[in-house]
Amino acid sequence: MFESKSLRVAYGEALAELGSIDQKVVVLDADLSYATMTSIFASKFPDRFFNFGLAEANMMGAAAGFAHSGLLPFVSTFALFGVGRAYEQIRNSIAYPNANVKFGLSHSGLSVGEDGASHQSIEDIALMRVLPGMTILVPCDPFETRKAVFAAASLDGPVYIRVARPIVEVITNEDSTFTIGKANIMRKPGDVCIVATGLMVKEALAAAERLSLHGIKAGVINMHTIKPIDAELILEMASQCRAMVTAEEHSIIGGLGSAVAEVLVGKSNIKFARVGIQDKFGRSGKPEDLFKAYGLTADDIAQQCIMLLE
Amino acid sequence: MDELLLEQKAQAIRRDIIEMLYRCQSGHPGGSLSCVEILMALYYEVAHVDPTNPSWEMRDRIVLSKGHGCPALYAILADKGFFPRNDLWNLRQIGSHLQGHPDMRKTPGIDVSTGSLGQGASVAVGLALAAKYKRAPYHVYVVLGDGEIQEGMVWEATMSAAHYKLDNLIFILDHNGLQIDGTNDQVMSLGDIIGKFHSFGFECKKVDGHNVDMLVKAISEPVPGKPLFVLAETVKGRGISFMENNVGWHGKPMKTEEYTQAMCELKGTQNV
Repeated sequence: MFESKSLRVAYGEALAELGSIDQKVVVLDADLSYATMTSIFASKFPDRFFNFGLAEANMMGAAAGFAHSGLLPFVSTFALFGVGRAYEQIRNSIAYPNANVKFGLSHSGLSVGEDGASHQSIEDIALMRVLPGMTILVPCDPFETRKAVFAAASLDGPVYIRVARPIVEVITNEDSTFTIGKANIMRKPGDVCIVATGLMVKEALAAAERLSLHGIKAGVINMHTIKPIDAELILEMASQCRAMVTAEEHSIIGGLGSAVAEVLVGKSNIKFARVGIQDKFGRSGKPEDLFKAYGLTADDIAQQCIMLLE
Repeated sequence: MDELLLEQKAQAIRRDIIEMLYRCQSGHPGGSLSCVEILMALYYEVAHVDPTNPSWEMRDRIVLSKGHGCPALYAILADKGFFPRNDLWNLRQIGSHLQGHPDMRKTPGIDVSTGSLGQGASVAVGLALAAKYKRAPYHVYVVLGDGEIQEGMVWEATMSAAHYKLDNLIFILDHNGLQIDGTNDQVMSLGDIIGKFHSFGFECKKVDGHNVDMLVKAISEPVPGKPLFVLAETVKGRGISFMENNVGWHGKPMKTEEYTQAMCELKGTQNV
């Protein structure tokens, strides 16, 4: 069970597992079921899988209708076309009436890779974060993806699960806790605390290793819940460390970095920096090349830490 | 309900609409007055709803997708006993459960929050699909505005309703021919509306949208395997001479003399 796996496969398997336990689970997709991997659920439960074709706005409205009828809809497509194209439908038909709709949106961030900027969602966290009542989960590996699906299902209200496309090494384990709103300490903090989310948790752990070679003790927080953010832990870390760096595969505007800054402002004087995409669109390339080009590698994180501590 | 009673009821509802809108000095008279008989046909004749149990699982669902027509809906819900009639006079005021556009979390009897045009149609598709999945026998009625069907989302909803053979879903178009910036034809021609819905796979009917009996007949005859579209020909501002077919009365507050004249014109029949 420790093999690497794409998060979307983990998502699809978790949905099918959840579906076998709960008859209320229905899944909606917009002609991308073999990319979002809801196809696993569809083949097991064809009467509970609804393809809406290339019509994301309608799919979001219909999801609200399912939720208003007491069912538990999971909606899937690419993050950009779910959050982006159907944003106002999510806002008015789902978030405003607090409909119990779960979004499992894949292909988020730059790690979509070769498809390029039109498919790379780098603003979805910002958009979802400003909606009152929206919960945002960003799993870092296959185990966490599965746990996010089950945690979302047990919470009443809209939940966005941001799923990345690449195959990801396991960095948590089957037994590690996953509580919405409670971040996990992956590595005890020392001089600096790196707060990372999603695929950047692995980069943060690598950065901490590299920093230890320079004699710098770096902690790593896995902020799997962006909203509600774990303010308590952020402030505790800020009181124990000399610097804090956030790391996300998202625009530095409005995402994890902004959420952490909002917690710190007025409450802490800690030195603070954000690693993320610098207000630019993405482009085509291999995910690892894009991470280098956009400053999202372990080295970039380590360098930010060193600069802050100097 | 017999014909005379229906007529008196319609007058009373129109008086409540005018009273509400005059008091709050905002809201949408034209499109509220045009959908009175459509909502009456649903709430008094066709739909199974229970004012003592608004969330009764087996109720028929009614979605006022043209949410700005809600004064008509509120007047009817109050008359049915979903909430006290006195609440109507606080429409759009802070603390009122009667929002500027329908809010399912605040107002008893509202099935879907609407106001952003087009979305009610899609939510209704989800309600109808869920009913099919649950093997529940209820129907989902959607009242759409004619300007509203310019929203692309309505056609996504229409395509999916036919695809999933939602014969428990009924779209009723309040076709008064006017929208905020002018006539439909001036703003964005709707073309052959019946032809469009027909080609998308709906069973289509056209009726006088101010004749409750004809509306009831059209709405109550769904066709197996197909969603139903009823084009209701209406008059915007119906019942108030100076508002009828007048584009300026989409969303204009009434002056005192206008209010007085409107109430005078609606006094033709006795209070119900």
